[in-house]
Amino acid sequence: MEFIQQVINGLQLGSIYALVALGYTMVYGIIKLINFAHGEIIMVGAYIALTSVSFLVQMGLPIWLCVFVAVVFCAILGILTERIAYRPLRNSPRLTSLITAIGISFLLQNAFMLIYSPTPKPFPKMVTAAPITVGSLQISMSALLTIVISIVIMLVLQIFIQKNRLGKAMRAVSEDYGAAQLMGININHTISLTFAIGSGLAAVAAIFYCMSYPLVEYTMGTMLGLKAFVAAVLGGIGVIPGAMIGGLVLGIVESLTKAYISTQLADAVTFGVLIVVLIFRPAGIMGKNTKEKV
Amino acid sequence: MNDTKKAYILNTISVILLFILLHLMLTGGMFTRRWQSVVILLCINVILAVSLNLTTGVLGQIALGHAGFMSIGAYTAALITKKYMADFSATDQVPLGIYVIALIIGGLIAAFVGLIVGLPALRLRGDYLAIVTLGFAEIIRVIIEYLDFTGGAQGLRGINKMTNLYVIVAITLVVIFLMFTLGRSRQGRAIISIREDEIAAESSGINTIYYKTLAFVVSAFFAGIAGGIYAHSMGILTAKTFGFMKSVEILIFVVLGGSGSFTGSIVAAILLTVLPEVLREFADYRMLVYSILLVVMMIFKPSGIFGRYEFSLVNTPKDIKRYFAKRTQKKKGAVQDDNNTES
Repeated sequence: MEFIQQVINGLQLGSIYALVALGYTMVYGIIKLINFAHGEIIMVGAYIALTSVSFLVQMGLPIWLCVFVAVVFCAILGILTERIAYRPLRNSPRLTSLITAIGISFLLQNAFMLIYSPTPKPFPKMVTAAPITVGSLQISMSALLTIVISIVIMLVLQIFIQKNRLGKAMRAVSEDYGAAQLMGININHTISLTFAIGSGLAAVAAIFYCMSYPLVEYTMGTMLGLKAFVAAVLGGIGVIPGAMIGGLVLGIVESLTKAYISTQLADAVTFGVLIVVLIFRPAGIMGKNTKEKV
Repeated sequence: MNDTKKAYILNTISVILLFILLHLMLTGGMFTRRWQSVVILLCINVILAVSLNLTTGVLGQIALGHAGFMSIGAYTAALITKKYMADFSATDQVPLGIYVIALIIGGLIAAFVGLIVGLPALRLRGDYLAIVTLGFAEIIRVIIEYLDFTGGAQGLRGINKMTNLYVIVAITLVVIFLMFTLGRSRQGRAIISIREDEIAAESSGINTIYYKTLAFVVSAFFAGIAGGIYAHSMGILTAKTFGFMKSVEILIFVVLGGSGSFTGSIVAAILLTVLPEVLREFADYRMLVYSILLVVMMIFKPSGIFGRYEFSLVNTPKDIKRYFAKRTQKKKGAVQDDNNTES
């Protein structure tokens, strides 16, 4: 029973990782950039949700509407960072754009530290329903919501990417940038859309994260972002179902490590998994191996 | 007299002059306590920047875990001097010999860890290498916090201080000298060829795995030395200091200065250490300005301040002369062109 409880905790954490990892994977798939600023979008989402809560309460609206405010804000922020920082560098070496991404990440972190002060702020409780009890298992409402909504979002995203015109355009651009352009796909719009979706998902993840760890801090995005990136690499970066599986696997590994080995060493185990995967199967669980051409 | 001899003589003279200047400033009381610690920090940052430049600039691999190697050097050196002082010494002063030995052992352990990290990690390229080095640095940090003899999350306290400016400046100069010479040696050229084109280098008979690992290990060694100096100037170590942020800060020195140019790394490290001290009032905005600077730099001049240019006492005056000669020539040419179109 204890074990199943831990797996459920892991699934909850893993769903959050998976949502963030989707953003990493989609952006990497399309412009081959590790968007280090993506973790910071989570932090921004949390702060925006927190700010909007007080407005929503004043207007007498239910507080879960803050999700939409955060998603819209983050989507716009995602588009803006791409437009301002990454677009001018689209054809420059990878190192240059990677460092720009790190710069944007620092910029967001420090800007929000100055705006909201460095002290952590508590996040209001959003789910008040009692936990569901099955036998000796106790599943909190927030865990259930996180897992179910995440799965629904991932299914919708998968259908969107497979069936919708815009989703097909995204796949085409990530397959072959030049050829997609020749086929009349608007590359800039497609990339903007990718950033918008990825950042929106990060905002959703931020709110799920705050449901179980109700503290908003300007550094909260860094570690979460790094782990989500590990999840993306684990699943095979650039592969969308990979990000989901990678996220869930990582969440379960982490929660089992915390329960049975050591809480302190959990981060080390996470990164250890990443290193082992990269060394033995660099393409990740679901990735394809690519041969190097001269 | 050929250029090499001339360069050695010029450099020796300038080093002697630098030390006389340092001595005059110290005895003349021009350095307050605060500025002395700034100079030490500056030396540490210069060593860090120069050593990372070997991996990122000369070898062309992005490493995001430099602070990890620094922390290993710092903890090793601190534990060695602590043990020695507790067992053999009655005074508070760390003997110079023990200090240097502790630094070197710290560097060697860091280099050894660098070897363990580098052998598997360097098989990966570009972004993946960046992530793996980042992962290793995080693992190192977590393990230091977990172990007992490193002081755990509380940190390692009561390290005997060693803040002799002459010694630290001398060590920094030796490191810079070694790096410059390594960059121009046969090994250095092999490493550069890997940066330019790994496949071409390999097919020309360069053992790429060996040279990549060599650069990485040497880089880790000097990061360890910088860590040792840091430990003995602070007197206290906490693993949190050596996080991802620290690694990125070092990377910023290298990239802003111009990756591949040791001169650039040194200048950027000096600027970015001294400027925040001068502009203390704006301390809150320091990282904000760094990050904006970084993004703007990447968009408009991705090669950094110096690009790949190296300063040397012999060549730089010539280069400057040539540069101005070219400019005036261009101007003359432009004027003549104008005349032609007019007529």
